[in-house]
Amino acid sequence: MKSGAQILIEGLKEQGVDIIFGYPGGVVLPIYDELYDADIRHILVRHEQAAIHAADGYARASGKTGVCLATSGPGACNLVTGLATAYMDSIPVVAITGQVPTSLLGNDAFQESDITGITMPVTKHNYLVQDARDLKRIIREAFYIAGTGRKGPVLIDIPKDVSTAMVPDTDGPDDQPRLRGYKPRCQGHSRMIQRAVDLLLQAKRPIIYAGGGVILSDASTELVTLAERLCMPVTTTLMGLGCIPTDHPLNLGMLGMHGTEYANYAITESDLLFSIGVRFDDRVTGKIEAFAPQAKVIHIDIDPAEIGKNKQPDVPIVGDAKSVLTDIIKKIPESCPHPEWSETVAGWKKNHPLRYNSDGKLYPQFVIKTLAKILADKGVIVSEVGQNQMWTAQWFKFTRPRQWISSGGLGTMGYGFPASMGAHFACPDQPVVVLAGDGSFQMNIQELGTVAQYNIPVKVIVLNNQFLGMVRQWQQLFYEHRYSYTELPEVHFERIAKAYGIEGATVTRASDVEAAIRTALLHPGPYVLDIRVEREENVFPMVPAGANISEMIVGHHTEHEEG
Amino acid sequence: MTAHIFSVLVEDSPGVLSRVTGLFSRRGFNIESLAVGHCEQPDTSRITIVVTGNDVQIEQVKKQLNKLIEVIKVLDVSEYEHVERELALIKIRAEPGTARSEIMQIAGIFRAKIIDVGLDTLVVEVTGDSGKITAIEDLLKPYGILELVRTGKIALQRGSALVSSGK
Repeated sequence: MKSGAQILIEGLKEQGVDIIFGYPGGVVLPIYDELYDADIRHILVRHEQAAIHAADGYARASGKTGVCLATSGPGACNLVTGLATAYMDSIPVVAITGQVPTSLLGNDAFQESDITGITMPVTKHNYLVQDARDLKRIIREAFYIAGTGRKGPVLIDIPKDVSTAMVPDTDGPDDQPRLRGYKPRCQGHSRMIQRAVDLLLQAKRPIIYAGGGVILSDASTELVTLAERLCMPVTTTLMGLGCIPTDHPLNLGMLGMHGTEYANYAITESDLLFSIGVRFDDRVTGKIEAFAPQAKVIHIDIDPAEIGKNKQPDVPIVGDAKSVLTDIIKKIPESCPHPEWSETVAGWKKNHPLRYNSDGKLYPQFVIKTLAKILADKGVIVSEVGQNQMWTAQWFKFTRPRQWISSGGLGTMGYGFPASMGAHFACPDQPVVVLAGDGSFQMNIQELGTVAQYNIPVKVIVLNNQFLGMVRQWQQLFYEHRYSYTELPEVHFERIAKAYGIEGATVTRASDVEAAIRTALLHPGPYVLDIRVEREENVFPMVPAGANISEMIVGHHTEHEEG
Repeated sequence: MTAHIFSVLVEDSPGVLSRVTGLFSRRGFNIESLAVGHCEQPDTSRITIVVTGNDVQIEQVKKQLNKLIEVIKVLDVSEYEHVERELALIKIRAEPGTARSEIMQIAGIFRAKIIDVGLDTLVVEVTGDSGKITAIEDLLKPYGILELVRTGKIALQRGSALVSSGK
C-alpha cells in the first residue's frame, strides 16, 4: 500500500523530474512531507507566480517539462498568469495544486477554489483527481500531454484526502495513459511536402518566417540547412530568435512591429513565404491583408487549428517542424541560389540597419550590445516585457536555440526574473542574465529572497528609466505626450539587493557600463546592476498597431551604429 | 452564415461539457442548440451541437474541438446525408370545450401526442425537424403556450456510415 503523495513523488521521478519550484500550504502538507526526504530538489519561491514562471523558464532552457507545486485556493490562483504565459507560448509545464478534501469540494471550504474550472482556458488539459488509484495514470498522461504535439501546461489538482489515501501499489493496464482523443500528428503529408518542394524550387524571392515551433521541435539545424541550400533569407518571430545565429549571413533578425526594416521589406516583396512554427500573430503581421501580399504561403505547424486561422496558406502542412524540414531537405539535394534576390536583400540590410544615437549618453541599446560583446556565444538571456524585451531582441547576438527566454504571446511583465531561476537550474554552467525594466522587475522583485537563499547566480540588469517605457512610448507617439500614469519614482535597486544580502551596483555613465557588466558576470552569486538609461529613448523601428508592416516609424536617430 | 450540426464523441468525464461550451464562448462561436447523452460505446457521450458561422469559423470550430483532449471524434453531420430530429414538450392553456378539441386536432395533424391532460391544460409532445416544431408552436400560440421545452437537435448520418471513435 502507498499513499497518494508517495505515488505522486514516484510518478514525478519516473518522468525524470529532479527539480520543482513550489510554495507549501495546508492541503499540500502530505506532499511536502513526502518531499522532505525525496530525491527531488525543491526550490521555495516567495510567490506562487514565480514558481510557475521558474518551471516555465526551466522548460524553455532545457527542453524538458518544468514542474511547480502550490497549495489550494490562493496558491493555485496565483499560478493562473503563469499558466496563461506557458499556454500562449506552448511551453511544457506540469502544475500540481493541492485541493480541499473531496468531502468538502463545492462547499466554499477554507482556501477552496475551483482551479480546474478557472484554468480550463489557459491549460492544454487539467485534472481534478478524485481517487488516488487514478493518480499514477494521470501523472503519466499529464507529462505525455504537456510534452508532445503542440506543447503546453497541464494542471493536476489533488485533494488532500487523495494525497493521504492508502491504495494498492499496482502498475497494470489501468495505470497506463488512456487518451482515446489525443493522437498528435508528427509526420507531414507527403503530397503536401512535394507541393512545398515544388514551390520552393520555383520561387524567385523566397523567405523563411520561423517561430517558436522551430525551437520547441529542436529543428534549428534543419532550418539553417534548408535556408543555406536555397539561399533563403530567414526572419524570425520574437519566439524564434536563436533558431539561426544572429550573425548568420542569411539572418534578417526579427520581423513585425519592432522588427528590422530589412525583414519587413523582404517579407513584403517576397514571392514565397515559408512559414514554420508560427501563428501569424497580429504583432508580427500588422494589417494581415498587406502581409506578404505577393507571396504564395506554405504554413507548417503541428497544431492543425493554427493553419488557416489568421492567413489561408496555399500549402498547409500539419506536422512537427523537424520531421517536415527533414523530409523537405531530402527532396532538395542541390543548392539553388537566387543571386538577384540575395543582392536586393543585402542592399536593404546595408542601407537600413538598426540604429541608436551614439552621442555619449547612456542608451539601453548600448548596454545590450556591450553585454553581447562580453558574453560572445555564452549565456542564457532572459527578458522581462516591454522596451527592455524589444531592445534585447534587436541588439543581442544570439548564437543558438534556447538561449533566449521571453514571454512572447502573453507578454507577462514579471516573468523574466523568476524564469531566470529556472533557466539557471536547466543550464547551471551558463551565465544567466535578465534584462529588465524598472517596472517589470518590481512585479516579482520578491524573488530576490529566493535567489539569495539558494545563491542562484543570476545577473539582473535593470534598464532603469523610471517609466513604464513601452506604454510611455505609445503615449508619446499616439497620445500626444500625455504620460498618463506611466512615470515611476526613482528606486535604488542596488540598495534593495543589498537588503537581501545580494551584491549590486548602480551605473550612470556609458563609460562605466562595460566594467560594471564584467564585474557582475565575474561575481559568483546573484547580482543586481541598476543602469540609469536615457529616460525617453524609444524602440524603433515601429509599425503602428494594425498598419502595413512595410510602413515603419524609424525614429530620429541622427547617428547610427550597426554590428 | 449557415447552420452546421456537429456530432462530437467525448469521454464521459466530469467537466467535459464545460470544456466544450467554454471553448465556444471563449472563441466567440455561437451555439444554437446543444444535446448531450450517453451513446452506444461505454464511457462515451455524444454531444450534438448546432453552430452557425462562415466557412472559416466552422473550420476553426472543428479544429478547436479536436484539440480538446477529451474529444474523441468530431463530425460535421450536415456535410453528409443525414437524419435529424428534435423533440419539444408544449404546455398549452386548454379550457374544456372547443379549444381543447381544436388543439387535439392540430396535434393529430402533426403526429404529436397528448401526454398530459390537466383541468385546464394539455401537454403536447412533438418530434420532428426544427421547421415542424416551429410550425406547431406557431399554430398553438393563439391558445396560450404556458411553457415550452425543446431538446435541441440530434442527428445521425444515413446508411452504414458511423461517427466511430478515433480521430
